[in-house]
Amino acid sequence: MDELLRRHLPESVVMALVTAVLTIPILGVRIHIENLQVTLEGDGTPVYIAMAVVFLVRLFRAPLSQITGMVRIDRLLPSSDWLTRYRTGLLAAMIVLALIWPFVASRGAVDIATLALIYVMLGLGLNIVVGFAGLLDLGYVAFYAVGAYSYALLNQHFGLSFWECLPISIVLAGATGCLLGFPVLRLRGDYLAIVTLGFGEIIRLLLNNLDELTGGPDGIGNIPKPTLFGLEFARRASTEGGVTFHDFFGLRYDGADTIIFLYLIALLLALFTLFVSNRLLRMPVGRAWEALREDEIACRSLGLNPTLIKLSAFSLGASFGGMAGAFFAARQGFINPESFTFIESAIVLAIVVLGGMGSQLGVILAAVALTALPEVARQFDEYRMLIFGLIMVLMMIWRPQGLLPATRPRMELPQ
Amino acid sequence: MSALLEVADLGMRFGGLQAVDGVGFTVERAQVFAIIGPNGAGKTTVFNCISGFYRPTSGWAMLEAQPIHNLSSHRIARLGLVRTFQNVRLFKNMTVVENLLVAQHTRLVTNLWSGLIKLPRYRRSERQALEKASFWLDKVGLLPYANREAGNLAYGQQRRLEIARCMITQPSLLLLDEPAAGLNPQETRELNTLITELRAQHGVSVLLIEHDMSLVMGISEQILVMENGRPIALGTPAQIRSDPKVIKAYLGEE
Repeated sequence: MDELLRRHLPESVVMALVTAVLTIPILGVRIHIENLQVTLEGDGTPVYIAMAVVFLVRLFRAPLSQITGMVRIDRLLPSSDWLTRYRTGLLAAMIVLALIWPFVASRGAVDIATLALIYVMLGLGLNIVVGFAGLLDLGYVAFYAVGAYSYALLNQHFGLSFWECLPISIVLAGATGCLLGFPVLRLRGDYLAIVTLGFGEIIRLLLNNLDELTGGPDGIGNIPKPTLFGLEFARRASTEGGVTFHDFFGLRYDGADTIIFLYLIALLLALFTLFVSNRLLRMPVGRAWEALREDEIACRSLGLNPTLIKLSAFSLGASFGGMAGAFFAARQGFINPESFTFIESAIVLAIVVLGGMGSQLGVILAAVALTALPEVARQFDEYRMLIFGLIMVLMMIWRPQGLLPATRPRMELPQ
Repeated sequence: MSALLEVADLGMRFGGLQAVDGVGFTVERAQVFAIIGPNGAGKTTVFNCISGFYRPTSGWAMLEAQPIHNLSSHRIARLGLVRTFQNVRLFKNMTVVENLLVAQHTRLVTNLWSGLIKLPRYRRSERQALEKASFWLDKVGLLPYANREAGNLAYGQQRRLEIARCMITQPSLLLLDEPAAGLNPQETRELNTLITELRAQHGVSVLLIEHDMSLVMGISEQILVMENGRPIALGTPAQIRSDPKVIKAYLGEE
């Protein structure tokens, strides 16, 4: 005990003082509002608590770490072997659950699930770029924005419907990916990440400042929802002679129909994304991405054009971003540049990294978790980012390869 | 008919260092040509210049009468000049057969749509690729290991796989950078047989860098000796063996 005190006491005192310095500006003052007068009041209690905690933890670090060493949380997580073995079953179960979800869950829950599916699309799209091709893209939100604005603008100026705009949005986002990718894909690793980060911001600033075209910070409103073969989901048809869904089927109007319909479209698009990215992995281009990630020089020596192969991953990923964007615009009915800030790119990247780079199932799980958890834990709203950060740190300690580490389907030679 | 590969006055300067200076030689069709020389003589730099990984600072190289010294490496590879590396460069986390499939990439149906919906054309192309891969695996004796991870193969097997990966692209000229390095005598003899076979059955020319003199003297028709970036002798194995300049370079002067 003496030895413990002698060794750790000075250090603990210093750490407690450092804590005080760091926490006073954050925890030590409280905003006090009275009759429109905003004043800051000093309040020492939280600071004392923080200091005491830090002091005690520092002091008893050795016995504490012995205790935590006995509890192996990483063992409690389902092992990756287990998840890999039941991959197909798990996927089937998820799809079945997703299909019955809108008919059993509440209206709010279906709406959140739709949002989760948008992130599934984004996650799977970015997974092609980051997971399959190994290109770190920090500006993925740019393509999401291009997709959303493509639909919004084409609808506003030319009156095209969602279903007409969806393929156009996909193509436009893919083309933007090509355009941005071409000059930057000869860069590697960190340099590429920085440049893509810049491009993401450029697109957002363009949207913000091209007032005449994009409406600037005011955004674009009144974006129509998708229709079912021309049938509108609304109380009354928006155009003369238009037919609504409930009229056509002789049902009573129910606002929940729209939400369920949007959910089903999102599910369809997410499944499409899953199917395509799953096929890509088994196609020659998927093999080329993997090979390029392993050894670019060897690839070049075999006649593979690295720029072209990277570009294909970049623009395919961008296309799915565009698709998600178009759907997002249709769901929200209103978009402005605020929806396409860097934090969106960061969240999508977090989904890919948490899920396990290159692992589709992992990305889906992570997307659902990261969108559903904040909604479930509404009462901890203030601590959302804190929890988010904590999860990230813990994941990187226990499972750096992600929730469900990727296992690539291998081409086998029948023997 | 012109020679397969013609190199003239090739020079490569890195800042103040002239790594290669005035190298010229000609490789004929279905010929085995060796470049030898002490370590640091600039042999690998010549390889890098010819295969497009470096852009030579002077001179030119022509493959089948087409200038290649300005082309990027993947273009040169598509023209039929492929190489191996001194330190084996396999895709280690991919299986052996996948290594051979990647090598066929430029010849496969890579069209997105036909792959997504598995058009017959796409299936056929994938099947043929697998057949071709198994042919070459059989040729280099790696068929039983087809589904193993390439990184788990023994060193000699990795070397053979690298050669097979080059050959599957149907090259007209194969550049081997120290193919016998790290091989035991038995494996070196097998390599000798393999190179002879490749030339006889597939009409490929082989340009190799090698330190193993028994291998070089046994299979090469022409040998270029380099020292300090400059060519010092060019001729048949018999001529090289008796060349006083070569003896001096290898054994030193009395």
